[in-house]
Amino acid sequence: MKAPPFTYHDPRSRDDLIGLLAELENAKLLAGGQSLVPMLNFRVVAPDHLIDINRIPDLAGIRLSANAVVLGAMTRQWDLQASADLAATAPIIREALAHVGHFQTRSRGTIGGSCCHLDPAAELPALCALFDAEFDVAGPNGARIVKVGDWFKGYLESALEEREYLQSIRLRRWPAGHGYGFSEYARRRGDFAIAGAGALLEFAEDARIRRAAIVVFGVEPGPVRLVEVEQILVGQTFSEAVLAEAAAQASALDAMADVHVSAAYRRHLAGVVTRRALTEAARPARQAV
Amino acid sequence: MSARKINLTVNGEAVEAEVEARLNLADFLRQAIGLTGTHVGCEHGVCGACTVIVDGRPARACLMLAVQADGAKVETVESLGTPESLSELQQAFRDRHALQCGFCTPGMLMTIEALLRVEGSPTREEIRDVLSGNLCRCTGYQAIVDAALDAAEARRGTR
Repeated sequence: MKAPPFTYHDPRSRDDLIGLLAELENAKLLAGGQSLVPMLNFRVVAPDHLIDINRIPDLAGIRLSANAVVLGAMTRQWDLQASADLAATAPIIREALAHVGHFQTRSRGTIGGSCCHLDPAAELPALCALFDAEFDVAGPNGARIVKVGDWFKGYLESALEEREYLQSIRLRRWPAGHGYGFSEYARRRGDFAIAGAGALLEFAEDARIRRAAIVVFGVEPGPVRLVEVEQILVGQTFSEAVLAEAAAQASALDAMADVHVSAAYRRHLAGVVTRRALTEAARPARQAV
Repeated sequence: MSARKINLTVNGEAVEAEVEARLNLADFLRQAIGLTGTHVGCEHGVCGACTVIVDGRPARACLMLAVQADGAKVETVESLGTPESLSELQQAFRDRHALQCGFCTPGMLMTIEALLRVEGSPTREEIRDVLSGNLCRCTGYQAIVDAALDAAEARRGTR
């Protein structure tokens, strides 16, 4: 239960980091350490080199523009939760963060670390899917943008290549007044969710839905947007029929089974949390201002 | 193998040490500088027994490397009070019988200490929420929540 030996590097700039990424073999990046350090302690991973990116000064921060929210990869979950700007423009983020790990892990855990580790039950990658995120990555061969649809490659696998690092994540802003709902089910508080869902709704003045986004996580290896339901919702008023359709689609996902939960139960829960998230998103009092 | 010299502040005192990179902060506190109040339970961030306060925020000492604490201000359970003069929080634990075997207690204390610094009047629900990150296998949670509420009152001077 102790980490295996490794050579430790703590670059102080992005240039130094890129130099190390170009040069070192079998290296692993250390962000907040709330998933990687347990894996080291269990010796599930044994890198020759550990590159700690906690001392690169400009990798953290929350920046708002007219159309986007840009989150530095090393922004701590604690700081995301505390941000009044973020709570005002994308209130679902603060709500979801209450479910991310614990008080004592959000202090160090980062959004970038969560999005690169990609636990199927992780809330932050699911929010990235919900907000049509773009991942800004860089490496010795230059920088590139990866759209969220291309980010999820499989179980615990992102599109980040071996010699790349994640710089920031750009979320598309929703207009003021949008509805939001978040729901997840875990056996105990702070545990990994068995299934979870997030929903965003934008209403036109005649109470018809102008735009919808629904994400389900913890069910398949990566978060899944219910694109068909989103399209059906547009132009409709909110109704029981719409909820039933969304829940049915969530319950038809290709759910994982594990020692705790069968695929059938997980599918059932996917429908339940989707219904709850959408119901919340449609409540007028919940709509962001 | 790589060793590093680190300088940090532990409970207000400057500490300089040479550490192996893979040494975690909990083992550093216990073995290198003899502060055995920080307990080591699961070593993978689940039990919360090793919770300390790093630069004002609660953190799992088993999930931080000692080298990462270079330049940091670390507070452990030893900073709270002494056997002769318990802190308000420790006194509340004693009064409420909020510990049995005591193994989880340092982590419980440091978690609640961190909470009370950011939220002076927590609700029962908020206390339960932060304590979801600390396991007690004697199942003394109710008394621990009672103690946290008492300590908050005592610190506000309303008790």
